[in-house]
Amino acid sequence: MNHEYSVLVGGQAGDGIRLAGYAVAKLFNRLGYWVFAYNDYQSLIRGGHNFSIIRAAEKRIEAHKERVNIIIAMNQDTVDKHNWRLENEKLIIFDSNNVKADGLGLPLTEIVKNRGLPLIARNSVSLGALASVLGLEFSLIENVIRSSLRRSIDENIAVAREGYEAASNHKGYFRIPVVHGSQPKLLLSGNEAVGLGAVRAGLKLYVAYPMTPSTPLLHYLANNSDEFGLRAIQPENEIAAIGIAQGAAYAGIRSMVGTSGGGFCLMVEHLSLAGQAEIPILIMIGERPGPAIGLPTYHAQGELLFSIFAGHGEFPRIVASPGDPEEAFYLSAEMLNLAWKFQVPAILLADYCLLESTFSTIIDEEKVIIENPKMWTGEGEYKRYLQTGNGVSPLAFPGMEKAIVKSNSYEHDEFGITTEDPELTKQGAEKRIKKSVAIENELKKKTTVKTYGNPMSQIVLITWGSTKGGVAEIAEKHGLSVIQPLYLNPLPVWEIEKYLSKAEKTICIEANSTGQLAKWMKYHGFRIDETILKYDGRPFTIDYLEEKIKRVISNEH
Amino acid sequence: MSIKLEDLSTYAKNTWCPGCGNFGIERAAKQAFIELINEDKVKREKIVMVTGIGCHGKIADYINVNSFYSLHGRAIAPAIGMKLANPTLNIVVFVGDGDALGEGLEHTVFAAKKNVDITVIVHDNRVYALTTGQFTPTSPKGFRGGSTPKGSPEEPLNPIELMLVSGATFIARAYSANLNHTKELFKQAILHKGFAFVDVLQPCYTFFDTYKYYGPRVYDLQQDGHNPLDWEAALARAKEWNYGGEEAKRIPIGLFFKADKTTYEDAVLSGKDLYDKSTPRINMVLRSHV
Repeated sequence: MNHEYSVLVGGQAGDGIRLAGYAVAKLFNRLGYWVFAYNDYQSLIRGGHNFSIIRAAEKRIEAHKERVNIIIAMNQDTVDKHNWRLENEKLIIFDSNNVKADGLGLPLTEIVKNRGLPLIARNSVSLGALASVLGLEFSLIENVIRSSLRRSIDENIAVAREGYEAASNHKGYFRIPVVHGSQPKLLLSGNEAVGLGAVRAGLKLYVAYPMTPSTPLLHYLANNSDEFGLRAIQPENEIAAIGIAQGAAYAGIRSMVGTSGGGFCLMVEHLSLAGQAEIPILIMIGERPGPAIGLPTYHAQGELLFSIFAGHGEFPRIVASPGDPEEAFYLSAEMLNLAWKFQVPAILLADYCLLESTFSTIIDEEKVIIENPKMWTGEGEYKRYLQTGNGVSPLAFPGMEKAIVKSNSYEHDEFGITTEDPELTKQGAEKRIKKSVAIENELKKKTTVKTYGNPMSQIVLITWGSTKGGVAEIAEKHGLSVIQPLYLNPLPVWEIEKYLSKAEKTICIEANSTGQLAKWMKYHGFRIDETILKYDGRPFTIDYLEEKIKRVISNEH
Repeated sequence: MSIKLEDLSTYAKNTWCPGCGNFGIERAAKQAFIELINEDKVKREKIVMVTGIGCHGKIADYINVNSFYSLHGRAIAPAIGMKLANPTLNIVVFVGDGDALGEGLEHTVFAAKKNVDITVIVHDNRVYALTTGQFTPTSPKGFRGGSTPKGSPEEPLNPIELMLVSGATFIARAYSANLNHTKELFKQAILHKGFAFVDVLQPCYTFFDTYKYYGPRVYDLQQDGHNPLDWEAALARAKEWNYGGEEAKRIPIGLFFKADKTTYEDAVLSGKDLYDKSTPRINMVLRSHV
């Protein structure tokens, strides 16, 4: 039997809900479960309503369900807003000092106040209670708390023990089997996975202006900069961020910027510079609902067409979108290598749900290497824009003896001197087109499309980004076929057509209101019969997807 | 083996107007580079010129050293990235007044605030010349141009004053017609460890001919008893001329202010060489994710 459980932790901003949710995720992950934790928080510092839903299952999962088994409520709002989610096997663990509900009420506030601890320590009490309710040894939650906190560890463990004991009348209310023989898994967010991949591919400078949902990547790299051998810096705005990163790349080190759609808007002029001057740069766009400020802390997949078409003039670029942290790790590394191999901008499109959720993941750092770009041999005069068969000129960096490295945003000759000559202008444009062709040939050697479910099915679900997690789960359950293009520009038509040639029905599923992948597929001549779109700022859940897919298949929509 | 002026020339055809103040800046920059190289203070391959867009930017094509011809207003940010990537580079940013004080003002202010060790040379002709004569941040009030036929309604910005309050640690003004003085200031600015800013008054022969205006008014601060270590005195000298018009009597040129302060790259890198080619291991950090 496939055991699975979902826990919702809720409270107001400042209650430490996300950390509590992370601790719950850690607990299940250590029990051998596959975990997915979705964080729903508002754009405010104190108050409001924040919650995390942690789903744990024996098989791999990458999406949450609307329904949950356990609610941990720090305030009344959590009970009132989420009570409907409870199903069969259910329990509310709540702070009886300020919440009215049926279930396991514990005086969380009183317990922490008696010990002179701040209210945020209520999380530790409730985690103790949760461990008891799940019938676990106290040492398991003790270790989770110990590894999660930096301060007041013993005090938090003491109140957790109080919670554990206070819940003794509900001990083993749920019977949670340990999943034996499962490989230890890492708990990673998309942000962390993107960072780790780039680090392994030689990232030396990360430059970013804070913007949800990419901010955690800036924090993660800044916190670990010495271990990772890099620097993470915050300049005055996104324009400076990409400018600094491009200067660093010109001088010979691998750099990256991360932002959201709005920040990317500001970077677009420099994107075009990367195209003309042939500067390698990795850009992560964290997608959230727009236009303009939109919903800053929520989910969308709305920047696909923007990232493909952004920038004035015509130049090659690579756009790819990972669907889970494992893909994020390998793609981030691969994109950084590709950016340098072809001296182009590479855009990693990552949605809120991937970046800000936590997933059980297995990655192998040994599978990622730094692929060195073609360098100047030191023979003869260096020409930054030497015409070659595939349009890629050997690199040299300022500081190298005998090389004069002239990078230019104007149309230029091979040496990098500005030109307005028609023949040289034509050759410059053709050099950029040659690189597009070379990139496509390179991608033909890589995994560009992933598939799930039943490959024999005539119903093909097409999706991208983190939406693939839920779509794949539904497809496995109902015997449908799924294709997920990892690369979106150039779109791997050579691969996609293999899966679509015999499809009777193609359904494109994505988190935007206009069907951007569907449009992009049609642009390349593919037939898209149906779309399932969600644009309320929240990711697709398993329940929602299952209902919508069933309806579309039976033409009941 | 010493290098000569022609060694720093390229095959690019010069397209500045005859009489353009840019010639003086180009000559002073080349001369400064040559002397620094021949005095063994700077290596030629370590020099990087970063330029914005406008008449001034063409200097990237005319001097045969490393260059990064950037976007309008976007020369300073890439220069910061270069310095972090390779702190041994001597980065000299050539920008127009539109670049440094209009389109890219924030980068100028923040580079000064950071005290990053780069040199910024402003070709301050106080007119948008390449776009055929509009007012800029340093044009005098009442400037008549294509977009202000009745005269500019705005007071000019004083870049010297702006740099003094922004944290720059080397602040100077030059006049492009005084070649030797300009060259000496460039050399000092390049050798200064920290953010060096040189505002070069540069007549635009076609759209804003200021030769007759500057000639009789400029005087050398260093021959007038100014102490560049005195910030208050520097501010008073900066205010002596507010980039105005005919009413001005004396225009100070030379070094206004100089200070020693930790540089941005030293603070950020604390000795770390980012040009390190080894692949970092992530397994230690991964342990915290279980």
